[in-house]
Amino acid sequence: MSLVKKYGKETTLSLLQSMLLMRRFEEKAGQMYGLRKIGGFCHLYIGQEAVAAGTIGALDLKSDYIIGGYRDHGHALAVGMDPKAIMAELYGKATGCSKGKGGSMHMYSAEKHMLGGNGIVGSQIPVGTGVAWKIKYMEENGVVLCYFGDGAIHQGAFHESLNLAKIHDLPIIYIVENNQYGMGTDFKRVSAVHDLAQMGYAYDIPGKQLNGMQVMEVYDEFVNAVKSIREKPHPLFYEIKTYRYRGHSMSDPAKYRTPEELEEYKQQDPISILLKQMQEEKLITEKEYKKMDNDIKAICDEAVDFAEKSPEPELSALYEDVFAEA
Amino acid sequence: MPVITFREALRQAMDEEMARDDRVFLLGEEVAQYNGAYKVTQGLWEKYGDKRVVDTPITEEGFTGLGVGAAMVGLRPIVEWMTLNFALMAYDQVVSNAAKTRYMSGGQFKLPMVMRGPNGPAEYLAAQHSQALQSIFAHIPGLKVVSPSTPYDAKGLLKTSIRDDNPVIFLEGELMYAWKGEVPEEEYLIPLGKADVKREGSDVSLVSYGKPMRVTLEAAEKLEKEGINAEVIDLRSIKPLDEEAVYASVRKTHCCVIVEESWPFASVGSHLGWLISRNAFDYLDAPVEMVASEEVPMPYNHKLELAVQPQVPKIVAAAKKVLYLDN
Ligand SMILES: Cc1ncc(C[n+]2csc(CCOP(=O)(O)OP(=O)(O)O)c2C)c(N)n1
Repeated sequence: MSLVKKYGKETTLSLLQSMLLMRRFEEKAGQMYGLRKIGGFCHLYIGQEAVAAGTIGALDLKSDYIIGGYRDHGHALAVGMDPKAIMAELYGKATGCSKGKGGSMHMYSAEKHMLGGNGIVGSQIPVGTGVAWKIKYMEENGVVLCYFGDGAIHQGAFHESLNLAKIHDLPIIYIVENNQYGMGTDFKRVSAVHDLAQMGYAYDIPGKQLNGMQVMEVYDEFVNAVKSIREKPHPLFYEIKTYRYRGHSMSDPAKYRTPEELEEYKQQDPISILLKQMQEEKLITEKEYKKMDNDIKAICDEAVDFAEKSPEPELSALYEDVFAEA
Repeated sequence: MPVITFREALRQAMDEEMARDDRVFLLGEEVAQYNGAYKVTQGLWEKYGDKRVVDTPITEEGFTGLGVGAAMVGLRPIVEWMTLNFALMAYDQVVSNAAKTRYMSGGQFKLPMVMRGPNGPAEYLAAQHSQALQSIFAHIPGLKVVSPSTPYDAKGLLKTSIRDDNPVIFLEGELMYAWKGEVPEEEYLIPLGKADVKREGSDVSLVSYGKPMRVTLEAAEKLEKEGINAEVIDLRSIKPLDEEAVYASVRKTHCCVIVEESWPFASVGSHLGWLISRNAFDYLDAPVEMVASEEVPMPYNHKLELAVQPQVPKIVAAAKKVLYLDN
């Protein structure tokens, strides 16, 4: 039975919707960046949507948490943060999810258990490990998903964290989103092993490679992984192979890769693949898809409108949130 | 009142807070089964078990970051760094995450954690193991930095630090652990950001914190013998900083010597000197003097090592200088 059929209409529709929201939202963000409405670094996730959608789709965010790196718009949307608050954050407005103090790389929502994007490569990995520690300590039933790129995997932070997670059986899934490049560096040039899934074995954590263009495969695997961790806490490690269509950030023309390579990946676009699979199983019509897309585009337009109209933070906010009040 | 060691005072503080609040746990190298490299955590593992007193591998970045994550979601970790020298490995986690997550998230998260351990020169340990690193922590907005000088202060300040909802860097000194002092049996807390007048005086203000308080008080006694009445102010916490206590003393004595064991360039003391010159300028009869570490990596040789640090004669000389009594 196909995975689309196995999980049925409700689940597949929500995964499709989640990915499409990320795609349209970031297209809009890219556009607004071009208009200089958004400043700083802006790392788009376009192409990688199936990773966030498929993994986070398997969670229950009442008990589970996610934490990631600076390419975090997709994850923030996938946990259900308000697109308005995310766009306003990109604009640096007071209504942003981090009150305009975080920006693109620091999307946080305590309520949605989104523990942020992190601007320091790999810095989130020990922190995510600590969140898993809390789950175990409080004897909760949650799981942490901790995301990072292929560029982060050689850091001590990664190795130190896997070791700690294993010796304490922490409920955490480390996910390397291998989009094949760390900025302009082909990961193969800087990694002693090219099969990154192997990297957990040194810590007795089995690794598995997933096709990050196939959202259903990712989702199916994570439903099972999360279930196994809920039954008995332990760490897991996944290399999810993916690709970013855009440059590393808005200022990167991505000359280090060929147009052919990019085209090849666009042929396996995660959204088109799922749509096709759903159409084959008659779970969605062209008309329904168009409507979904239009609704999502409207949501993104609204987010821009909201961000545009939102106030800048007061100057007095400068000294707010440095410390918690006693 | 019982007389106990600095080490015992710290241990009592952690013990009482762990008993009081289940969310407080302790982790670091050798803190559990070995009872702590400097025996500060003695007995806590026996009492609280593996869950709450945790031996870690030698991975400062990893376990400090783990503390940050645990704190973000509601636990109250105490991270012991075997010494602050090794905290340099964890510096990214302290600066990028512990100090800034609250701000970057628009106030959504609290980071109730204490990172503690010995800071400052010890003896015969050479440059990598003998340095006072408070300035680089104090430099970072979002961190509180505490530096007690007596067992009494250590206990009261550590208890307050553990209850604080912010990341606190708690600085001890390897050579201080055996220092003794009176500590009451009943519970007490000392607020962060309140300096303490360790000795009243009217002729010159000596301002210090942490381990050099001892030589500063000795210098005050020496000065007393020469008829100079020094007031000694113990900052107790570097951040928040009790500026007003310092200005009040300067308004009384009209001259000031700052004593600290870190390097003077961009240090806590040099900052304080600037604050005094700006906010108490009209009360000063002489430029503020500072007795700090010599600006060199710590030499191994003991004679040189002592020469690097603030010592009684240096403080006495500085006091006489601001009183225009030298030569
Ligand atoms: C510790 C650190 N070093 C360098 C950088 C600069 N930098 C930002 S992103 C990046 C590449 C990271 O690539 P990867 O982890 O594969 O993530 P991706 O961009 O592919 O999602 C670098 C070198 C940084 N932010 N932090």
